[in-house]
Amino acid sequence: MSAHPQTVAQAQPAAAHAHDAHDIKKDVKKYLFVFGALLAGTFLTVFMYSVHFNVMAVTITIAVFIATIKAALVAGFFMHLISERKAIYAIMLATVFFFAAMMYLLVWSRGQLPKGGGWWEGGNQAAHKTEAKGK
Amino acid sequence: MEIPYTVDPRPDTGLYNAKVGIWLFLASEVMLFGALFSSYILLRVGADPQNWPHGLLNIPIGTFNTTVLITSSVTVVLSWAALKMGNFRRYRFFQAITVLCALSFLGIKSIEYKDKFTHYEIWKKDGTRLTGHLEGNPWFWNTATLDIKALPSIKIHPDPHHYKDPRPPKHAGAPASDHSEGHAAAVEIPRAEIKRLSAFVPSHSTYFGIYFTLTGLHALHVLGGAIVIAYLWGPGAKMWRTQPIRYTNRIEVSGLFWHFVDLVWIFLFPVLYLL
Repeated sequence: MSAHPQTVAQAQPAAAHAHDAHDIKKDVKKYLFVFGALLAGTFLTVFMYSVHFNVMAVTITIAVFIATIKAALVAGFFMHLISERKAIYAIMLATVFFFAAMMYLLVWSRGQLPKGGGWWEGGNQAAHKTEAKGK
Repeated sequence: MEIPYTVDPRPDTGLYNAKVGIWLFLASEVMLFGALFSSYILLRVGADPQNWPHGLLNIPIGTFNTTVLITSSVTVVLSWAALKMGNFRRYRFFQAITVLCALSFLGIKSIEYKDKFTHYEIWKKDGTRLTGHLEGNPWFWNTATLDIKALPSIKIHPDPHHYKDPRPPKHAGAPASDHSEGHAAAVEIPRAEIKRLSAFVPSHSTYFGIYFTLTGLHALHVLGGAIVIAYLWGPGAKMWRTQPIRYTNRIEVSGLFWHFVDLVWIFLFPVLYLL
């Protein structure tokens, strides 16, 4: 199967596809660089956690910031979002809009968030009943 | 009837249909996981710190699993690049690594799950609480189990630290789970003193409820993606002989899904293990 007479690069018209063999070879270097960056980001996240900032908001901000950079690298390079067609951007734009709207609901309802405490003493009777039926 | 636009791009979108389809699917997946993440935030913000079991997950294992998934993501894109250059043998090599990474991820995750199913918390009637492993390492016991088995007492090897208490100074800066710190000698607790017993299962707390929902759904995605990639690697590879471009497009589409699975984990790891 590896001795296929017609490679993809030969089979498709060059103008019909954004990636020819030369571009792909250059892209491979980018993929390996992104791979290194993702690993570095992972270890940096764990390291930042071990630093133990006094303010939780700082820890959360740093962890989410690094995760967002990593996600952008995966989406941009591995999923080729940095060089996609308009149709894909349109889909993603709609997704981002609805995702942001959903997250905004959290901010909007921050004054009505459930207060912590008492989940076992009375706030979670259903779980208790389920458990009572257990083994 | 031939399915249109499996190889050639549609004139209006400039894309073959499967690519539009997978991106629409991924858009729906963003909303699915987004809803669960927003649920997590609601539960986290609303939780009493004493009832949010932070620090019980094994960070070194989680970090290792993250690197496994990132490795699989790069092998997926390298395999696609190999096909684009007509190198089928290289494609197969990289995708074999991808499937192995997927199986490793699931194996490690199941070990983590097993540890949770055999890890317990006891709420005593005097208000004290302790976590640890029961003698004999039983699975899924709860308060009712004690009565059904008519146990007069249970033996537990307590963790040195309970998640509701601040960590002692010597642990500050050590990103390790309680499990890695070892256990003390067994302590026998009479049934009459036990108010509640629960393994770290979804009904233990809202934290474990959302933890198992998020990681379980993610694991199902890993499994589904691995099955598709393995199929295309094995029996589905016949298409390479007859329709190489269409086959390459299939690899690209399955790869896009796989990258999304990786992307979700990139957020799950810090949120569940570190924050």
